[in-house]
Amino acid sequence: MSARVRTLLSSAGPAIGVIVALLLFSLLVPDQFLSLYNFRTVVTQTVIVSIGAIGATLVIASGGIDLSVGSVVALSSVATAVLLRDGSSPLVALLGGLAVGAVCGAINGVLVTRLKIVPFIVTLGTMGIARGVAKWLANEQTVNAPAGWLEDLMRKTPDPRWLVVSRGAWITLLLAGAVAFVLHRTVFGVHVLAIGSSEPTARLAGVRVERAKVFVYLLGGLFAGLAGVLQFGRLTVGDPTTALGLELDVIAAVVIGGGSLSGGRGSIGGSLLGAFFMAVLANGCTLTAVPSYVQEIVVGAIIVVAVALDRVRRERS
Amino acid sequence: MTDAPILRMSGIQKRYGALVALGGVDLEVRAGELHALVGENGAGKSTLMKVLSGAERPDAGTMSLAGAAYAPRGPLDALSRGVAMIYQELNLAPDLTVAENLVLGREPSRFGLVDRAARRAIVDRVLAVLAHPDLAADRVVRTLGPGARQLVEIGRALAFDCKLVVLDEPTSSLSAVEARALDGVLARLRQRGVSIIYITHFLEEVERLAERYTVLRDGKTVGAGVVPGTPMRAIVQQMVGRPLEELYPAHERTPGEVILTIDALAGARLPTSASLTLRRGEVLGLAGLVGAGRTELVRALLGLDPVRAGTITIAARSDGGASVPVRIAQGVGLLSEDRKAEGVALDRPIVDNVMLTRDVARFGLLRTADRDRLARGWMEKLAIKAQGPAHRAGDLSGGNQQKVALARLLQQDADVLLLDEPTRGIDVGSKSEIYARIDALCAAGKAVLVVSSYLPELLGICDRIAVMRRGVLGPARPVAEWTEASLLEAATLESAA
Repeated sequence: MSARVRTLLSSAGPAIGVIVALLLFSLLVPDQFLSLYNFRTVVTQTVIVSIGAIGATLVIASGGIDLSVGSVVALSSVATAVLLRDGSSPLVALLGGLAVGAVCGAINGVLVTRLKIVPFIVTLGTMGIARGVAKWLANEQTVNAPAGWLEDLMRKTPDPRWLVVSRGAWITLLLAGAVAFVLHRTVFGVHVLAIGSSEPTARLAGVRVERAKVFVYLLGGLFAGLAGVLQFGRLTVGDPTTALGLELDVIAAVVIGGGSLSGGRGSIGGSLLGAFFMAVLANGCTLTAVPSYVQEIVVGAIIVVAVALDRVRRERS
Repeated sequence: MTDAPILRMSGIQKRYGALVALGGVDLEVRAGELHALVGENGAGKSTLMKVLSGAERPDAGTMSLAGAAYAPRGPLDALSRGVAMIYQELNLAPDLTVAENLVLGREPSRFGLVDRAARRAIVDRVLAVLAHPDLAADRVVRTLGPGARQLVEIGRALAFDCKLVVLDEPTSSLSAVEARALDGVLARLRQRGVSIIYITHFLEEVERLAERYTVLRDGKTVGAGVVPGTPMRAIVQQMVGRPLEELYPAHERTPGEVILTIDALAGARLPTSASLTLRRGEVLGLAGLVGAGRTELVRALLGLDPVRAGTITIAARSDGGASVPVRIAQGVGLLSEDRKAEGVALDRPIVDNVMLTRDVARFGLLRTADRDRLARGWMEKLAIKAQGPAHRAGDLSGGNQQKVALARLLQQDADVLLLDEPTRGIDVGSKSEIYARIDALCAAGKAVLVVSSYLPELLGICDRIAVMRRGVLGPARPVAEWTEASLLEAATLESAA
């Protein structure tokens, strides 16, 4: 089977899931579900998870994992709020939030490569540390600050109406395109996939494995930082307890999208579809008044089924 | 000891697809004897022992154990019949104690609770036979050295009341002191009437320990007899005795300037001392047994393993070790012996594998059309059978995977090619294509260092050969001065060469 067909097939799974979910809710609650307002809501709700999933796709493709995403989102949102409160401009606050994320990611990367501790443990540790620092920085309460134009980023109905959906959604799509390009069309991307597929092979071939991994975690942190800034824009307060457990939604999105936790495979488009699928499901369940526990059960089952199907498909080919 | 055979295997055949692994093997082991099973790598020893231990079913042939028909359904079944395999890679639970490991899987129990008194009785009986100072019942296995761990493994066979124990290269990872301790245990086992099949490459061990021997070659029994009175050279002759195949390209080479010199190189554990000189346009072979330190030598040369002592000089620049990227910049490339885990990234397409060391890119952006063209070129030159460069490497046959791994070195345009077991486990067609490519590389002024455990191959493609034995590399001599027998002797006998 050619690589192109394979890629198509592996993104077909999540795409079919999204289509089935869309059809289902269109039939059940057509009036509420099929409105422009609802579409804008779903798309905007996807943004935070999607941004996190873009970075996580890189990390997972390299054979790693990042459990600190949710905590870094919280820390970044608090940092953004603190900067704004203390009089910084929205641009400086945005850059500050991004920098906080990048630093957290770089720390993850350095710990993974220098101390040779498995990424699960390293990021389990930094998950706790980042969350703690966020609470410390915020004095264990939400930080109120003038959001400025950061608020506009997550406005469901964008100001120039021709944008149709929120700026955050467009930012997500642009970044997804950029990272997909990096992953498949640059030397760095090919090295990331090679490391994820077989680290000894990459080492043997002279790939600078440690450097590439640090950069991968740094990028993962950077995206978590951006998600934090957008989360602040959505809430308009810096909340150190926000995004609890977000990392699991992010990993779920990547896995539903065809990423392999053993590395070497990952599709940015698939991860976005995975995130979108979960948002559609959440939205549809709310509209149909299905209790949220049903939604949790369904998403849990789908993760297992998606991975099982993927495995069967790979073994047959 | 009696003369009655406890194990009789006759006419054992086993094929894997087109490959005949065993083509009619006979083996007879008597009660209480130590029987040496010898043969070159690939002669069929491992397959035969898999058949004996129930891991593989034979296609033809019969086996009997202690006079009764024997056809194990699996390793557990074999164990319950009294046949135990002691593998090179030990199968112990490192965090459990010696006592727990000895009875693991067959704990004496009452109502699901471990019967501690019964266990103690078994453990005490076993430890008395092993008689090793480090082996206490409550010692955690992780804290033991490799020799003591191996004894625990043998102790498991005793705890299970085995009649026949198979040891596969038991001393290859042991120090001399540990090996002597093993000798004592083997003697006590035999006093208790346990028979031992002892697979080894070290003929001095055969001479010292064994009563009788069987020689395998190309999946057949080619010799058997009593050890005392048999000269070891005669056994070497039986192990070899094969005409050179017409597989190797005739070559006339004139070596050029020296490109690589290593002087008294020592690795973390192996090698302990290696010196050699490699010239452009020549193929230098490294012979020796598996575990002698040849793989460690080439890995240290590429910078994958640390260098403990000695110097490496490449193109007139000396150092005491460098990183992989530095070596690659110097023009060194390594083909790994472990194709699946290291040689190729199985999940990636052919093109990514071939281009992994030296990609074509502008400002970090891949030039996809050029990559495809280059990958296609190598696929054509090496006759890699696949749909195209985007084909996943893991879906190719072993021979084609190996050619993909070699193509990476060719794309790298390495000047010094370190080829570790370049043709292990691949079909004859792929082999001859790899040999032809090695010859072409030499003609183009590259230098090639080949590690191989297949002696006809070394004799067929090399200009000079050096033998490594237990971490020490012997002098490189012209291929005309070597024969299979002399290479085997240098690799296996203590004071040869």
